[in-house]
Amino acid sequence: MIEALGRTVGVDVGGTFTDLFFYDEAERRFRTAKVPSNRGDEAVGFMGGLTTFGPVSELSSIVHGTTVGTNALLERKGARIGLITSRGFRDVLEMRRRDRRHTWGLWGDFEPVVDRDLRLEVAERTHADGTVVTAIDPEEVMAAAQALAAKGAQALAIVFINAYANPANEQAALAAAAAAWPNANIACSSQILPEIREFERTSTTALNAYLQPVVGSYLEKLDGALQAGGFAGRFHIVQSNGGIMSTATARRLPVRTALSGPAAGVIAAAAIARAAGFPDVITGDLGGTSFDVSLVVGGETALAPQTTIDFGLVVRTPMIEITTIGAGGGSIAHVDAGGLLQVGPHSAGSRPGPVCYGQGGDRPTLTDANVVLGRINAARPIGGKLASLDVEAAKAAILRDVGIPLGLDAHAAAEAIVRVADAKMAGAIRLVSIERGHDPGRFVAVPFGGGGALHVGALIKDVGLKGALVPRYPGVTSALGCVIADIRHDQVQTVNLMLAGLDAAALDRRMVAEAAAARAVVEDAGLAMERIDLVFELDMHYLGQTHTVAVPLPVAVADGTTGVSAGLIRDAFDRAYQASFSRLLPDVPVKIVNLRTAAIGRRPRFDLAALAPGPEASVERARQGTRPVWFAGGWHETAIYARLDLPVGTVVPGPAVLEQPDATTVIDPDLVARVDRLGNVIVERKEGQP
Amino acid sequence: MTAIDPVTLAVLGGRLEQIADEMDATLYRSAFNPIIAEARDACHGLYHAETGDTLVQGTKGLPIFVGAMAFAVKSVIDLVAKRGGLAPGDTFLFNDPYDGGTHLNDFRLVRPVFRGGRLFCWLASVGHWLDIGGNVPGGYNPKATECFQEGVRFPPVKLITAGAMNQDVLDILAANTRVPLSNWGDLNGQLNALDLGERRFHALLDEYGDATVTAAFDAFSDRAEALMRAALRSLPDGTYTFEDFLDNDGIKDERLVIALDLTIRDGTMVLDFSRSSPPPQGPINISRATTVAACYVALKHVFVEVPANAGCLRPIDFVIPDTTLLGAKAPKPVAGYTETILRLIGVVFGALAQADPARATAGPFGTINALSIAGHRADGSRWVMFSFFGGGLGGNPQSDGLNHANNPISTATIPPLEILEAAYPVKFTQWALRPDSAGPGAHRGGFGAVYEIEVLSDAQVSLLGERGKVAPFGVVGGGPAALNLFHWQTDDGERSPPMVSKVTDVTIRAGQRVRLETPGGGGWGDPAARDPDRVARDVRFGLLAPAAALAQYGVVVDADGRIAAGGLPGGPAGRDQREGEAA
Repeated sequence: MIEALGRTVGVDVGGTFTDLFFYDEAERRFRTAKVPSNRGDEAVGFMGGLTTFGPVSELSSIVHGTTVGTNALLERKGARIGLITSRGFRDVLEMRRRDRRHTWGLWGDFEPVVDRDLRLEVAERTHADGTVVTAIDPEEVMAAAQALAAKGAQALAIVFINAYANPANEQAALAAAAAAWPNANIACSSQILPEIREFERTSTTALNAYLQPVVGSYLEKLDGALQAGGFAGRFHIVQSNGGIMSTATARRLPVRTALSGPAAGVIAAAAIARAAGFPDVITGDLGGTSFDVSLVVGGETALAPQTTIDFGLVVRTPMIEITTIGAGGGSIAHVDAGGLLQVGPHSAGSRPGPVCYGQGGDRPTLTDANVVLGRINAARPIGGKLASLDVEAAKAAILRDVGIPLGLDAHAAAEAIVRVADAKMAGAIRLVSIERGHDPGRFVAVPFGGGGALHVGALIKDVGLKGALVPRYPGVTSALGCVIADIRHDQVQTVNLMLAGLDAAALDRRMVAEAAAARAVVEDAGLAMERIDLVFELDMHYLGQTHTVAVPLPVAVADGTTGVSAGLIRDAFDRAYQASFSRLLPDVPVKIVNLRTAAIGRRPRFDLAALAPGPEASVERARQGTRPVWFAGGWHETAIYARLDLPVGTVVPGPAVLEQPDATTVIDPDLVARVDRLGNVIVERKEGQP
Repeated sequence: MTAIDPVTLAVLGGRLEQIADEMDATLYRSAFNPIIAEARDACHGLYHAETGDTLVQGTKGLPIFVGAMAFAVKSVIDLVAKRGGLAPGDTFLFNDPYDGGTHLNDFRLVRPVFRGGRLFCWLASVGHWLDIGGNVPGGYNPKATECFQEGVRFPPVKLITAGAMNQDVLDILAANTRVPLSNWGDLNGQLNALDLGERRFHALLDEYGDATVTAAFDAFSDRAEALMRAALRSLPDGTYTFEDFLDNDGIKDERLVIALDLTIRDGTMVLDFSRSSPPPQGPINISRATTVAACYVALKHVFVEVPANAGCLRPIDFVIPDTTLLGAKAPKPVAGYTETILRLIGVVFGALAQADPARATAGPFGTINALSIAGHRADGSRWVMFSFFGGGLGGNPQSDGLNHANNPISTATIPPLEILEAAYPVKFTQWALRPDSAGPGAHRGGFGAVYEIEVLSDAQVSLLGERGKVAPFGVVGGGPAALNLFHWQTDDGERSPPMVSKVTDVTIRAGQRVRLETPGGGGWGDPAARDPDRVARDVRFGLLAPAAALAQYGVVVDADGRIAAGGLPGGPAGRDQREGEAA
């Protein structure tokens, strides 16, 4: 199974920059690159970045984290598509789950991704028990497909009621429609998501079709450019679940790339922390408008079964659970009519951006507060686009919008902005940790991206975290994630079985078959792997409940069986239920709703020691003098260091600021930082500090 | 009183809201009946030790409960004042609709939080249980003339005394429902939520200190009051009147008026409902507490920025005579309270639309359509499928109304039809938007829906709905939406209810169907001002008949959605003329 070691590049295409991480597996050598992204023609930046590492013909594999799918969903720039449904149900997609945008306020409407005249109904029906009561008429389906193609649909989705219970009608319809369909962009819901709940299944299947032409042509363009450059290796895509898949799978299931970019970052942050001896981690990505947090327990990322991309746009495939709050560097601070200081959710974005950017922004932001307090170096802004930052303009805006209304001077007002933003970030971390029953004292925060490391002190102290770990290269974390992510394929099947009287042998056969199918997809990826792990999980509940609890099963396939039994399932259910809720209900019957199967191809361990500082690093080289920085109500003369020049083992007591081209780490006076053997900065409380 | 700095205040606001949100989420995930688990017919919060005033509410709780819970907690406070004997670890349970309740299905659990041996505040949980006895499965008995026909009524009783569960109460609860297991599951879910809220809140108090948190509660109320006054000051002083109607009370086919005289003066508001109908025999009465709660919901939808605590009600006075259906006393039946509060919320929208057209929202579909279909399975076990249905929201200055939405009193999602088909012997034959159901307007209303359900075994059907005679209204020149319709098949053809949208004791046989067609929302603004391309688009999508496009909008469109090349028709209903008038 293990293929020859080669040269791998991870490519993370963001809105502004494309980050690349090159790794030579044989020589254990790495390089990074950052080139401008070319919005609309990402292949240019992609290829430009790749060639900085030499001819692409010498690369053995490329792994790509992409936001093309995410952006197409958010900006509603997917393809014109058609939908064929059971008679009477073409509006499922538009009727949603009868929700509305906000709890309070009734304004706003909703446009589904398929226009109503491109949603056609055919006669067919399957009962909930899987009985086909009305078979399809192939002629009628073919005519519907032809009509949709004639109206310009570039992809076709077929979704029938109860197809999760029996896919026969959908498969027959698919065969009939395929005969009349001009391209390969055609799928039925039981292929994409054979799971009960018609809206979620329809939405996921339709969004997959919506993305297929967009993601397909994007990948085709990249493929073409790579081939023209002589690339003969493997080209893979990061999925929202944090695993990677072949481009062939990505073209078939583009909806699984919806959170490709952020997922890669979480994967890398988790791997870096695990290697540094911290298996329990909360990752935090502070961008311009939002703060994204994700929980990693025992080295494993948490997966959410479904995500709402925007109102009414539901994708139900396992995704790395990322909780987003509206607090970023560009979040605007203001005092509301009730006299309360608010930071966000409105953001100045990157244009006009914070006041200090001098690009026309006149409303104070979190970044302005950080600049006014000396936490960000005004003379050397990160990212390298601006020459310097306008501290005085930022100070004036903060005084006007926050200081005067609250009766504070500019510096106290700036500190208040930072504290309120810190509290929001802490709230997001609490949401994913304490609220899920985890003790925050076991966790370290891993900030990545540009801004998070500015706020590690507050995250440690406000939430009661053990400490924080700032990766050596926070800005290329996602590209690194592409290189180290495992290969993964997830499958789900609704089974609806009562635990009492369970036919364990039949369930076992089903699990073995699902496992074989998932495994085949992973093997097809053709990348170096140490082994393939199979993970089984059941969605279960007490009869009568509608929500389910995810129940991991401690089984593996050996000699053609998983050895699953009703007793084993019962124990696993009780454990999982009690972990979520305080009360078990022993007298109530238990039901198995879904079987979830994942195959994970473990990639060769990436040795993160390759990233560590070399022998040239020294504290003397790193020392950059001092500047005043505001902490807790007053100025402190604070030591400034060039972070990348700090050697392994350096201990830096706070107050201190560690600067590097793509991030700034602030060490509060009551904290201490040290450089670990991999070059990470570990921030902890000073001894004797609470 | 401890002074509190603005930063700590902002931090505590987020922390407290998070606790209530987490309680909501815990109940949704562990509840048994879909009305809580999927429809989120539940709410949690923290309440003032002496007054019961709302201190903190979750952001996801059912809007109507957000207003009503304070009254529920107050009734426990009154009981304790009378009888004494409150101890840490106690939990009260009740569903009395006249004593701070809504209707009998809504079970409240109220638990004291003690600090240092002293009552600090209350935690409460409310959730809609599936069935609590009465003549009709699910409780929505459209023919009830006393609450005794609607189910069993519990005054506040101690479910838990100093940590020990009172088995007698559990036995009485189990003996008085068609679905004891479901209620047992929901009760446990609510206790899960209270347990969690208690843990989280004590941890927060330990961290910040009791005095600081108390000061924050006071500051939040003051802030909500200030925001509400600021919002009211932004409206022109004056008295605005609006009336809307209920079809009937289910007993006598006579419409009932809900009339509001809304006066705004210098940052205060008076809501006077004196001109409303007297209490009818049937189940559409509501208590004063419910009336206040419904007004709160309406105002919160209009003034979104005002936070959800008791302070925002300080600038508002209510005139709710108990000689009207809005100030009902025991044992007047209340099961259909949702219909009355929906009308009441619409009336507040209608009056405010006159005060400020720029913030006007047209009438939402305004009926929950509580449909119960029940029967027996082959093994003799009983099944009850009980659901509420969606409709269109009103047009508004920002957009067309949302299609197939939930009502303003709720954030309920509808259960997937596949879940219903897997659980009950039913087969949906249609689940679709309802063409021509939206009120016309520059921004039209949202479309209602058509649900058609075939039963696979013999079944009894009952429906409690409204809007069968008086349609959801338009504002600022917009038109009304379509009426609510309900039909069922019999061996002798289709039937509809004599009381328009209320019926009980209907039996249909296996293979027969019921069909519910819900209203859309009212329109906002003059239909003549609507973009003709948007009109044509609705025609092309099969949502607006070409004849309606002409009659409502004066736009000639063929069935494919092409605007006629020959220009627009003249005549009194013609678009040219109306545009001329507008200009």
